Amino acid sequence: MANTDSYEDVVKTRGEEKFAEFETTHKGLMGRFHDALHSTPALVPLIVLISALVVFGIVLGSKFFSPFALTLILQQVQIVGVLAAAQALIILTAGIDLSVGAVAVLCSVIMGQVTFRYGIPAPLAIPIGLACGTAIGAMNGWLVSKVKLPPFIVTLGMWQIVLAVNYLYSRNETLRSQEIEELAPALQFLGTKFTIGGAVITLGVVVMLGTVLILAYALRSTAWGRHVYAVGDDPEAAQLAGVDRHKTLMSVYMLVGFICGLAGWVMIGRFGSVSPSATTGVIGNIQAITAVVIGGISLFGGRGSILGAFFGALIVGVFELGLRMAGADPQWTYLLIGVLIIAAVTVDQWIRKVTA
Amino acid sequence: MTQPVLQARGLVKRYGRVTALDHCDFELMPGEILAVIGDNGAGKSTLIKALSGAIIPDAGEIKLDGKPVAFQSPNDARGYGIETVYQTLAMSPALSIADNMFMGREIRMDGIMGKLFRKLDKKAMEEFSRQKLAELGLMTIQNIHQPVETLSGGQRQGVAVARAAAFGSKVVILDEPTAALGVKESRRVLDLIQEVRSRGIPIILISHNMPHVFEVADRVHIHRLGKRLCVIDPKNHTMSDAVAYMTGAAVPEDALEPA
Repeated sequence: MANTDSYEDVVKTRGEEKFAEFETTHKGLMGRFHDALHSTPALVPLIVLISALVVFGIVLGSKFFSPFALTLILQQVQIVGVLAAAQALIILTAGIDLSVGAVAVLCSVIMGQVTFRYGIPAPLAIPIGLACGTAIGAMNGWLVSKVKLPPFIVTLGMWQIVLAVNYLYSRNETLRSQEIEELAPALQFLGTKFTIGGAVITLGVVVMLGTVLILAYALRSTAWGRHVYAVGDDPEAAQLAGVDRHKTLMSVYMLVGFICGLAGWVMIGRFGSVSPSATTGVIGNIQAITAVVIGGISLFGGRGSILGAFFGALIVGVFELGLRMAGADPQWTYLLIGVLIIAAVTVDQWIRKVTA
Repeated sequence: MTQPVLQARGLVKRYGRVTALDHCDFELMPGEILAVIGDNGAGKSTLIKALSGAIIPDAGEIKLDGKPVAFQSPNDARGYGIETVYQTLAMSPALSIADNMFMGREIRMDGIMGKLFRKLDKKAMEEFSRQKLAELGLMTIQNIHQPVETLSGGQRQGVAVARAAAFGSKVVILDEPTAALGVKESRRVLDLIQEVRSRGIPIILISHNMPHVFEVADRVHIHRLGKRLCVIDPKNHTMSDAVAYMTGAAVPEDALEPA
């Protein structure tokens, strides 16, 4: 370094300046609020949910704020709630799944048809349905992870394929509720109701809550969960850091297929019948995406929590029931949900900014 | 003569008709900082990727502590104690410092919680992260839960180096650690590199920044046209010499250090 201008010497000698200080500088109330949201993204939908409950509670009184009405909301969102949990997983990996609703319907159809057409006992037909869901999920996952197709395209195609298979396989026939009740009650098992002090809960609701809680635990406290976030955040970085991107994606898509199968079983419990033309097949995906987005999960992946998606589903349920009880035109529900979606993404953008 | 920690003989890597590595040799001695310099396209990234397991060379052999090794993936190399700090840092911005330190090698709880429920031992991981950051003089970190995206470039580099130093028991490879940093932050990272070396871990430093290379390196490996042109001692050569060699403007004489 003989003849070089030692321009860096000045920095070398000028005392030890703080370099890696992580002091929390004094922030205003807004700043601290921002920090809280940044670390707990499910806070926003929770606040919205509680506010909605309070507002409807004040306006409608005890008619709305009763154990019966509140658990009715849970029953009404059970299918969307399970689908939203599945969708949330995919969206955390920066993907999107348009096939969730269709897969759920196909799985319910398979469970029904396998029982009635081939005479396989229902307790065996259910695992077959769940396995088919998992297999479809595996196909989606393989196309996304190995063939490297965009998840939107893969699942857009799979949505159409699954819907068509669903009609072809079922020959567009509906299995009536009474028939199922008589011959294969296990299919309707998740419709079993029990009451706790005026609150009516079905096993389907329990399945929804269980799915959400298990996933919340897995995402937060296991290595797999951390890998899901890392892959959604920055797949290359995750790969270099030693995460098996392919394995993580495959596990997510297969698990999502399985959960969709579960949603199919919940559907039989909820409706009693098995119908290939259930609306879930057509709008289930959008309902699930709506819940996830309102729940504050970033569509860019890697941010948000599964509880948020659950709150998102509940918010939609609260709006639907509350506005119906208030006698409002149902269109107001859609209008408000539209506003919520845009508001949620706006908040998400704000939260993503590191400094408020 | 002491045995090299990491040694490569006759490495070849072809991409189609391009030969990125042309019978390249390489040695890293214990406890040293070896800088690898070379013009763009000279093949130094390919060399580093071969040493860190990111690519599999077509021919040649790599020896770690004198024993032949064949890395199939970066995880393989990592298993042998070779850690790489990539230029992109390979960190997940939304996850915390502790999460990032342990990405891909998380610690599970003991007993049934860990075995059956696969619960992570977050406390142990946080404790370890804090300790490792402290060892490298990054002790002022108070909140290990802070997402990496809230850190400055230098701080992120610090965490990445700490991660490599914490797990790299044999070799730490640093790819352009100061390229994206300001003057002051670069300074701190260079201190950090020397700190790691002082703990006995040899370092491979890839850099374009001649002053930085000449300041910290014990030896400089000059890469040209897919192979090692020479190894020079920065004390006996000027930066101009090095640049001349690596660009082909001058041919090194017998001034070669024993390779």
